[in-house]
Amino acid sequence: MAKTYNHTKATLALAKASFRSIMRSPSAVVFTLAFPLIFILVFGFLGGGGTKLDVAVAPDSDLQNPIISALEKVSVVRLKKGDNLDNINKNLEKGNYDALIKVEKNPSGLPAFITTVKYTSASMDKGNILRSVLNELSYKLNTQNMKPTVTEIRATTVEGRLYRTIDFILPGQLGFSLLSTGVFGTAFVFFSLRQNLVIKRFFATPVRRSSIVLGEGIARIGFALLGALFIILIGHFAFHFTLINGAATVINMLVLATLGVIVFMGFGFVVSGLAKSESTIPPISNIITLPQFLLSGTFFSIDAFPNWLQPISRALPLTYLNDAMRKVAFEGANLWDVKHQMLIMLIWGIGIYAVAVKTFKWE
Amino acid sequence: MENKNAIISVKDLVKNYDDFKAVKGLSFEVYENEIFGLLGPNGAGKTTTLEIIETLRKKTAGEVIVDGFSVDSDPSAIKAIIGVQLQAAGYYPNLNLVELLELFGGLYGADIKPMEMLEKVNLQDKAKAKYKALSGGQKQRFSIATTLINSPKIIFLDEPTTGLDPQARRNLWDLITEIRNNGTTVVITTHYMDEAEQLCDRVAFVENGQIIALDTPDQLIDNLIASGFERKKEVKKANLEDVFINLTGKEWRED
Repeated sequence: MAKTYNHTKATLALAKASFRSIMRSPSAVVFTLAFPLIFILVFGFLGGGGTKLDVAVAPDSDLQNPIISALEKVSVVRLKKGDNLDNINKNLEKGNYDALIKVEKNPSGLPAFITTVKYTSASMDKGNILRSVLNELSYKLNTQNMKPTVTEIRATTVEGRLYRTIDFILPGQLGFSLLSTGVFGTAFVFFSLRQNLVIKRFFATPVRRSSIVLGEGIARIGFALLGALFIILIGHFAFHFTLINGAATVINMLVLATLGVIVFMGFGFVVSGLAKSESTIPPISNIITLPQFLLSGTFFSIDAFPNWLQPISRALPLTYLNDAMRKVAFEGANLWDVKHQMLIMLIWGIGIYAVAVKTFKWE
Repeated sequence: MENKNAIISVKDLVKNYDDFKAVKGLSFEVYENEIFGLLGPNGAGKTTTLEIIETLRKKTAGEVIVDGFSVDSDPSAIKAIIGVQLQAAGYYPNLNLVELLELFGGLYGADIKPMEMLEKVNLQDKAKAKYKALSGGQKQRFSIATTLINSPKIIFLDEPTTGLDPQARRNLWDLITEIRNNGTTVVITTHYMDEAEQLCDRVAFVENGQIIALDTPDQLIDNLIASGFERKKEVKKANLEDVFINLTGKEWRED
């Protein structure tokens, strides 16, 4: 032969072809970019409001008194005046109002006002917040111009970083995007390449099997990282997603994303080997992605799950990717700080590739 | 015949799939720069034999030497000097013809100009088209273009004309003849006898995993006539296909 065969060149040719193909595949673009972005948009606009207590003021309530004016200054309380009693009662039952408040002058002198509060079982937790707000209020109003006899609480708040909804949601969506690219993308591509004898035709060329897998992997990782970068930048510039160390944080996140997508591609290889037909790929892939989507802290913190569910959550690889991403992005952790999470992902990776080697089919 | 150079030599080739014996001791040689036809009904073992020579399938027993390389010890050396067109093979999705040829250029490690490759098979107008959007004849022509990328010594065409209309079939014959005239050996399978008769220098009949006849088409026909065979009906100087081609023209058709 005139010149030796170049395996790197073959791998790169495959990577280039695969990347072009992915970029033109609507499902890849939808799952990797559109889906996560929609969730980010929704939560980006929803979030940031914090808790608000909607308190209805009874129509026959006195309005010119220190209690009402003090409540008006409390930022978590939204007073609703001028609603009629029927309406108020209906909305209390539905939990649209968190409580009903009525202040009356005391005809018999002291105390000067009597405040009646009606809570609703439809909104118990907000009712409890209101209860403590009122307790503090009444204590302050009642002890005006009095020296405390036992103690006076002097509380200060540390100036912290504002933790927005986006800071929680974006890493989760990023993880989900990597999961779907890794699993669905890899499974579909290898299944269809096998089914349409594309791989067989490749085998008639001097290319190595490892080049085919590697080339495909490079393309998919490249695409996933591009998607991740896009999501991070949109989140940062449009919704103030916190990137504590700027570009360094982004790079750390991309390193984590690479690890994540490699692990998830392992699942994809397994699915492509198990699937008997093209139509069985989505159900099998969903068995892998959906539980992780729901249980890995994509939308809610795992701590909010019931105790029996938490061990399951803590066994899933996406949990650790999400966790590591949040630590890196919001807390400014470096990669060494999240070594525990990375190690668990690595163990998943080794396990899943061991299975993939057994189940993967070339023909 | 004996002084011709054998570029492929197959000896006592056997292939078993579990209990099924697909190939039962085939032996034949393909000479350099000829068009060699493997003929026979579906399931006779043509494709299996071809795929073993192409190093795509493991044989059960026997010996296969391609241009001095054994399929057992030197499959990659063989892959580098052959071009393969598979029956019903697809191509990488979402790519156009130029991009596919670039990919194959990389896979073969060959510096090619995709447009020149497309010109060879008269597909330059379809450079930006996807493989799926091509007609049957165009698909086969494109497949043949991918077999020529590494300037191979031998190309293998597995039923390239199945399902094509008469014009597309004749155009493909012209293309295959041209490739042979440029110095490439062609191994082709088909079950159209008129095709084999027109195109092939020598043909082997495969039936039930065995070769039952191997010679030039002329010689095989002469042998049969010598044995006293006669057609029931006197052959006319033209057939219905000639009429069809005469009426509809022989030019390239786009679909």
